Order: sequence, then structure tokens, then C-alpha cells
Amino acid sequence: MTSTLVLEQLLNGIQFGLMLFLIAAGLTLVFGIMDVLNLAHGSLYMIGAYLASSVALATGSFWIALPVAILGAGLVGLVLEVALMRRLYQRDHLAQVLATFAVILIADDLVKLVWGPAPRMLAAPDALAGPIEIFPGFLYPAYRLLIIGVGLALALALYLLIAKTRTGMLVRAGSSNREMAAIMGVRVDRLFAIVFVLGAMLAAVAGVLLGPLLAVEIGMGENILILALVVIVIGGIGSIRGALVGALLVGVVDTAGRAFLPDLLSQFLSNAAAAQLGPAIASIAIYVLMAAVLFYRPQGLFPARA
Amino acid sequence: MTLLAVRGLTKRFGGLTATDHLDFGVDAGELHAVIGPNGAGKTTLIAQLAGVLQPDAGTILLDGENITSLSAHERVRRGLARSYQVTNVFPRFSALENVALAVQARDGSSFRFWRPVASERHIAEAALALLDRVGIRSRAAVAAGRLAHGEQRQLEVALALATNPRLLLLDEPMAGMGDESDRMVRLIESLKGSVTIVLVEHDMDAVFRLADRVSVLVTGRVLATGAPAEIRANADVRRAYLGEESSV
Amino acid sequence: MRPRPWRRALPWLLLAAALALPWVAGALDQDYYIGFMRRVLIFAIAAASLNFILGYGGMVSLGHAAFFGAGAYTVGVLMAEGITSAWLAWPVAAIVAGAAAFLIGAVSLRTRGVYFIMITLAFAQMVYYVAVGLKRYGGEDGLNLPQRSMFGLGIDLGHDITFYYVVLALLIGVIALMDRIIASRFGHVLIGIRENESRMEAIGYPTYGYKLAAFSLAGALAGLAGALFANHNLFVSPATLHWTQSATLVVMVIVGGIGYRWAGLLGAVALLVLEEALAALTEFWHLPLGLLLLAVVFLAPRGLAGGLGPEPRQ
Repeated sequence: MTSTLVLEQLLNGIQFGLMLFLIAAGLTLVFGIMDVLNLAHGSLYMIGAYLASSVALATGSFWIALPVAILGAGLVGLVLEVALMRRLYQRDHLAQVLATFAVILIADDLVKLVWGPAPRMLAAPDALAGPIEIFPGFLYPAYRLLIIGVGLALALALYLLIAKTRTGMLVRAGSSNREMAAIMGVRVDRLFAIVFVLGAMLAAVAGVLLGPLLAVEIGMGENILILALVVIVIGGIGSIRGALVGALLVGVVDTAGRAFLPDLLSQFLSNAAAAQLGPAIASIAIYVLMAAVLFYRPQGLFPARA
Repeated sequence: MTLLAVRGLTKRFGGLTATDHLDFGVDAGELHAVIGPNGAGKTTLIAQLAGVLQPDAGTILLDGENITSLSAHERVRRGLARSYQVTNVFPRFSALENVALAVQARDGSSFRFWRPVASERHIAEAALALLDRVGIRSRAAVAAGRLAHGEQRQLEVALALATNPRLLLLDEPMAGMGDESDRMVRLIESLKGSVTIVLVEHDMDAVFRLADRVSVLVTGRVLATGAPAEIRANADVRRAYLGEESSV
Repeated sequence: MRPRPWRRALPWLLLAAALALPWVAGALDQDYYIGFMRRVLIFAIAAASLNFILGYGGMVSLGHAAFFGAGAYTVGVLMAEGITSAWLAWPVAAIVAGAAAFLIGAVSLRTRGVYFIMITLAFAQMVYYVAVGLKRYGGEDGLNLPQRSMFGLGIDLGHDITFYYVVLALLIGVIALMDRIIASRFGHVLIGIRENESRMEAIGYPTYGYKLAAFSLAGALAGLAGALFANHNLFVSPATLHWTQSATLVVMVIVGGIGYRWAGLLGAVALLVLEEALAALTEFWHLPLGLLLLAVVFLAPRGLAGGLGPEPRQ
């Protein structure tokens, strides 16, 4: 276990964590402000990836595919908000579960109709296909560095938006106390739509950026949704800061766990046992982390609501 | 003899200190009213006494026992019950079913899975007796959500009484009753002596008619405690109420 | 609130149909439907167990498939280790599932609302990954069972129709048991917690303990259904434990009518028959199913029973 390997896995964990943050950020805001459980958020992530795969195929350019996919997902998000989510704000959580689950079913089949059931290819831009020497002796894939860069930039932008702008202030007010915000005359309808679309676009960014690394296939949304939910539970509903901390924790624990646990275990157990147990324990590591956080802080690390 | 002793109770919400090193005492058997202008901290005090809110500092002693860290249901076990300012019953259950649930809580374990509750006649009988006590026996079969506002307030008291308390916290029982409040006053009057009562109220006529002692709460502290006549004459209290609707 | 007359007849009609089905199917040479209906009945048990905590207790658990799957895997694992007796394997399956529910519930029930929903979902997914990690028992690919559980008493579960009636008997038994419990003190407390948890605390009930007990019991019953499922398919796999399976169970309960005695049966029949019918029409049957579910949300929020259900928020 060399230090370069550790560093590499750490960076991988941060990279994955930042992408999880993008997905979780939109989700936590929707939970926090609108108190809506949106299981279909993963579908927006999926649509982003699929749109990008088509545009990239058609134009040969990743850089054109990215903004088109983001806008496309934003549009889908807007339609979804106006047509459906709006009617769910007043409903109980069960109705929201049922309705958004229905959206998952519909989205999965629509995607299958348009793109077919087989997984799709989304290639990273050629320019970034190779590794970069960050410091002598340490090579790291350029594309993953891009992801980290974009992730950090968006995290910063989101922080500035929430902390420094009027819209951000409204979001924070709504997050901590929705009734108060409505009473104080906040244009609730518009705010909700903005938050929802923003969340959709962030999820799409993650979908496009992760596309070359993970599979672009039906069901990818459901898989990533679970991780995003774990992030939010750990970080605290409604909190962007919590989403970032939670996402980085989950990303690093998950990645490092998968990379190092089998080796670590083989120090104590036989190689065969370690090979068997290692991956299993690694895959549940983040859930154990979640349980541990919940044990001490049932509301998460940085709950936005009192 | 002191039944309830509160010492140095403090509760802060961010920058706001709702309860400020509050000292408060209630003697066994008395009806002790708590009054004060809006924002004085009455609701926060009730919430902390009931166990719904944890204080930041201070102690609450019930009959000498420190109950500060006990949960709401544990306090009920020790004889403390509360009614709510905003009616908080089981709207889809009948009035009888509402009270029966509370009676059942006091009647041994509810970790029983086989015998139908309906066969336990004594529960329904006790519930009916309580409804009679508060004056809504004739409405026993009506869904609580369909009761008239005044009847709901009476149901609130019945629910609190059903747990057989030693100390009853009544949080504005007359809220929204207007002309009907006399019925509630007579009900509370009939309870005097058999159970110790802490009465939070805005209705000054009722307070001065019912209370043995009155404590005035202002900005999270007790400004003065005494017999109703003393409080009425107290200059500080009059000043605290300056600008308030209710005349002291 | 009780469902209207024709809806009250519906579950009895279904039961009668279920009783008669093997004869009718055999007569029409449509044996496939015996297996199909058996699967429906097994899911009806699982959905009924979820209805216990969801409908009567108000606990929106999106992780119930974990207990269903735990029961299935217990039977599979025991069989792989040579234990085939149903009298041993099935109760153990229920106990394992109940224990899992106890552990997950102990942590999850400290939370409320959206948190609770998400946490049950996450923990269930954890159990999914545990199943995937069981390389010795098939891992991701799953585990085949060489035979059905041995029942003895002259009952051969390998005989499809016999097994069908065993499942049906268990379904009726589970529903009758739940009925009994709901009418008991415990059941009334559970419903009280659903209606107004804070007031239940304020009249002296330690609500956490009651919820945990109910959650564990529901888990155990789901485990029993899982044991039957393993026998039905002669196969167990992690797919049974995926959170989308949990969501499907929730959908069944909602469609059947939350808090209604027959929600499990009605919901399972409705959803699975619908799936079967739609799948026969088109490959893309998720689409119309999703649209129909949306219709249920907005047009029939109380489900088929039109009975009890949580009221919309003010």
C-alpha cells in the first residue's frame, strides 16, 4: 500500500464525492424547502447522461454535449415541476413516494423506448484521455482532475448563490421555516421551480461527468439515488454544507473502503476470507457510517431545520 | 408542601432567551395560575414542564424527584399531565375512544396482543365516567374532529385527567371559548382540591375566580407571585401589562 | 371509515376465486396461473405485513423488502447447508427477518418523517449488498434451491397445488392474526400512534417501544413470506432485496387501501395482475403502469378500498 496509491484513491474518493454532492445538493434543497420526497431525482441524472451520449455521438464533441444535456435536463425538470411536483407539495409523503416512483417507471421506459435497452457509450474528451503528472512520480487521470475541478467550482458557486444572493437568502429562509417564508411574501411558486430546476441541472452535470466512468444504462438513477440519500441523511436535510461534507465522507469512505479494506482485512484474516469478506464489508461501509452518524445525531451533522 | 419545584430554568432559542433562570413553585392541592403578556414564555415553560422541550439549564422537581431529564411519557407515569392550548386530540376517534386510550395507558401493560380491548369493559366504563366528569358524556360516540370547539376543549381536559395525575398542566383551556368559557371555569373549579393544577390563561376573570395563587411571567422570569388580590394591586405587574388588552 | 358495500364484497370474492383457482386452471389446462396466483398470494402476505406498520402504524418504511429477502435467504442458506425441514427453516426465517427488523428499526425509529423513509431505504439497500457479498451462496447471481422445504404430515410441497393451498392458508392465517392484534391493546396503541404520536407520548405511552415491536413483528411476517417465495421460485437472489422491491410493496399497500384489512391481498392482486396484463401487451409495460399509479395518486388516493388513509396535509 504505497503512498501514491493512497493519494490516488483519496483523490478518486473526493472526485466521486463531489459528484455525489451535485446530486445530493438538489435533492436536499427539495427536501428541505418543499418537504418533498423526490425518488425520481435519479432519473434526471440518468437523462443528463443519456442526452449527453446522444449529442456526443452526433457531434463528436463532449464539450457540446455537456451544456446541451444540462439544458435538456433542466427543461425536463421544469416540466416535471410544473406538471407533477407542484401538486405533491400539499400531499403526504406516501403520495409523494408513489408518484415519484411512478415517474421512475415512466422515465425508465421512455429512455428504453428512445435509446433502447443496451447501455450507452459516453466517451471522455480526447484531450483529457491521458494522465497528468501532478507532482514528480504521481500520475493522475486528467479527466478525473476535470471532474474535481468542476465539482469544486460548482460547490463554490452554489455556496455563493446560497450565502450571498437574494435568491439564496430566500432558499435559506425557506429551508429553515417554510411557513414563515410564505407568510413573509416570498414568491413560493417561483422559488420552488427555480430550486427544482437547479437541482435537475446539477444532477445532469454529475450524470454527464460520471458517464465515461460509470455505465450509462437504465437503472443508473436508482443506484445513485441511494447514495445521494445516504449523503443527505448524514449531512442533514436542507443543508448544502451538510451535503458537501456528507458527500465527501461517503465518496472517500466508499472508494477507500473498496480499495483498501480487502488488503487491510488480509492482515488479520486468511487471504481467502479477506477476498470474500472485503468487498462485502466495503460495500456496506457507508451504511455503517450512516448508522454511526445517526446514532449520535439523528438529524444529521448540519440539520438546516431546528 | 411543595409538589413542583422549578429552579433556574433556562431555555434559549438562538439569540432569544425564552426562559431566563426561572424559579417557580407549586404547592400540593393548590390551583396556581400563570399569567403574563404575549411572548413572556408561558408556552415554553409548559413545554419544559411537560417534557417536550429540554431546558438548557435548571432543574424541575416533582415531589422531590428530579424529572428534568425524563421524557414526556415518563413524567406522565409519575403523575404529571397536560392539556394543549391548540386542541391536540385524535380527530378520527370518537370522544370515548380518545379517552379510553388514555385510560388504557394507566391500566397496566399494553403489550397485549390477543385479547380484544372491546372485551375490557372497565376501560370503556372509566372513559365514560371521565366524559361525564367534563360534561360531554352525551357526545361519547361523536368523532373528536366533529365536536364543537368548546366540547373539544373539554375533551382535552378529559384526556389529561384520564392518566390520573397528581399535577395537571392546563394550557389555556379556555382558548377560543368566548361566551362558553363559564362551563370550563366551572369544570376547573370542580377539580380544585382533588388535583394540583397549574393554569396558564389569558382570561383574567377566570384566573382571579379560580386561582389560589398567581405567578406573573415576564420575559422568561417570574416577576411576582402571590394571592390574586396582591397581584392585582402590584405596581410592577400593572406596569408589565401596560399596553396589553387585558385589564388587571 | 369503512369501504362501500361492493368494495366490502370484493376481498371475499377474491378469496373465493383464489380457493377455486387451481381447479379452474387445471380444468382449462392453464396450470401456469396456479404458479402466478401463488406468487400473488405470497406478495399479499408481504404486503399485508407492511400494511401492519404502514397502514395501522403510520410508519412509511421503504425497506421492507430487506426482511422479505432475509427470510428467503434464510431458507436458501439452510437448504444449501442441508436443512430442509419447513418446520425448522420457516420459523427460523421469520426469526432472522424479525431480528433484522429489530436492529434496523432500533436505529431508524429514532427518526421521523422524511428521515425515517430514507433511512429504512438505505438500510435495506445495505442488506442488499450483504446478500450480494454472500459469494458462498451465489452472490449477485443468486442461489438455486434443489427442492422445496419438507413439510411432512403427508403434505408434499413439491406438488404445485398442495403448495398453493399451504400459501393460501398462511395468508388467511396472517390476516386473521393481524386482525386479532389490531383489536387488542397493542393494536389500538399502534393506531393511536399513527393518528397522533405526540399525544400518545403525552398520555403516557413510550411510543418508540411500541413502534419497534410492531416493526419487528412486521419484519418477521415478511420473512415468512420470503421463505415461501424461496420455495416458490426454488431460487433466491439479491434482486428480491433491491429498494425498488420495497417501493413495489409500498405501492401494493397504497393501491390496496392503507390501513384496510385486505390491503395486502387487493394490492398484490391489482398490481401483479396489471403487470401481467400489460406485459402481455407491450414490452414497455412500466410506462402505462407508471401512468396508472399516477392516476391512483390523484384520483383514488385512498386506494381500491376507499377506506382509511392518511389525510392530506393542511
